Amino acid sequence: MSVLQALDICLALLVFAVAAWTIFAPGAFAATVGYVVYGLLLSLVWIRLFAVDVALTEAAIGSGVTGVLLIGAAARLRATESAGHEKSLSGLSRLLVAVLCVLVALSLAGVVLLLPDQGPSLAPQSMQHLAETGLGNPVTAVLIAYRAFDTMLEKVVLVLAVVGVWSLAADRYWGGAPGEARAERPEPTLAFLAQILAPLGVLVGIHVFWVGADAPGGAFQGGAILAAMWIIVTMARLTEAPQTNAVWLRLAIVAGPLVFLAAGVAGAIIAGGFFAYPPGFAKPAILFIEAFMVLSIAVALPMLVAGPPRREPRQ
Amino acid sequence: MSLIVDLFSIVAIGAGVFFFLAGTVGLLRFPDALSRLHALTKADNLGLGLVVLGLLPRSESLLAALKLVAIWALVQLAGATAAQLVGRAVRRKGTAA
Repeated sequence: MSVLQALDICLALLVFAVAAWTIFAPGAFAATVGYVVYGLLLSLVWIRLFAVDVALTEAAIGSGVTGVLLIGAAARLRATESAGHEKSLSGLSRLLVAVLCVLVALSLAGVVLLLPDQGPSLAPQSMQHLAETGLGNPVTAVLIAYRAFDTMLEKVVLVLAVVGVWSLAADRYWGGAPGEARAERPEPTLAFLAQILAPLGVLVGIHVFWVGADAPGGAFQGGAILAAMWIIVTMARLTEAPQTNAVWLRLAIVAGPLVFLAAGVAGAIIAGGFFAYPPGFAKPAILFIEAFMVLSIAVALPMLVAGPPRREPRQ
Repeated sequence: MSLIVDLFSIVAIGAGVFFFLAGTVGLLRFPDALSRLHALTKADNLGLGLVVLGLLPRSESLLAALKLVAIWALVQLAGATAAQLVGRAVRRKGTAA
């Protein structure tokens, strides 16, 4: 057994251990911390599987943004949790849930282990037509060209999620701003971090989006980094979340799927197929669509974190 | 020449791993939150710094080397901020447990 194999086995065991710890952790906050660590370890696993695109997404979305969302949820639930109001399941239903989870996990593991040595793969086909898209990264080609419709629908899901969060607002707050107001004197430590990190992070986010055409990266990862920068500036209370009835905000959130859908319809008219790109013009079209997707992701994710509106709208 | 570079990398990365180990042991064994925080920052700053130092001569290009240094600097920034915030939260709570 080589050193790398031994390290891989250690990594896999560590993932299992952290997953188990997350399940048995005392309290929601501890479980969330476990979940974030679990996500970061998973992104290391993806790197070992040479899936750097997936690793980036796992670290940015799976661990980062989802982690912030869950910590926010845990903080809101803290009062009920400590008061002991939460109803815990009876022993029998706990057992039932555990058995079902184990069954799902075992069947998934079985499917993966029973795959033939040469698993079914569309990789050769995707590489074969890569040149026609003008891209160098097959993952981006799959996302924006081969299965563009799925990716467009994923962005629609993001819009629906924001609408869902906003819908939780009380009637009098509808259209108002979520989150905390801008502080006169923000906490100095966090403000310092936000002021130094945000300009760098914006640069890195745009870079990750731009290199996504030819190297690991892309709209989702870049957008998530930009979103994180907005989240951290809002968290430091250097700025406050915009009013949810602002036209520019709503436009920015729907811009990604809207431009994507428009490009799909344009493809049906110009290139002879829904979501088809005209030959020789694929790469500029893809980058154009992706730019709007980055915008939508960078705006929608902070809005999810900010939560439902909590202040009355100013006229 | 390559032997010297290899030796340098091994020593620097080895020292970095030692600081990570020491930091982890401190995190697990130290009695209160502030000392645990103190142990952790050593792993972040010195441990990662030495690992990056050991990797520098092995980087493919100057740009890659600069990226490594930038990663270290960003982790420093994030680590120092997180340590300050946790420390302040501990003080505000009034217990060092």
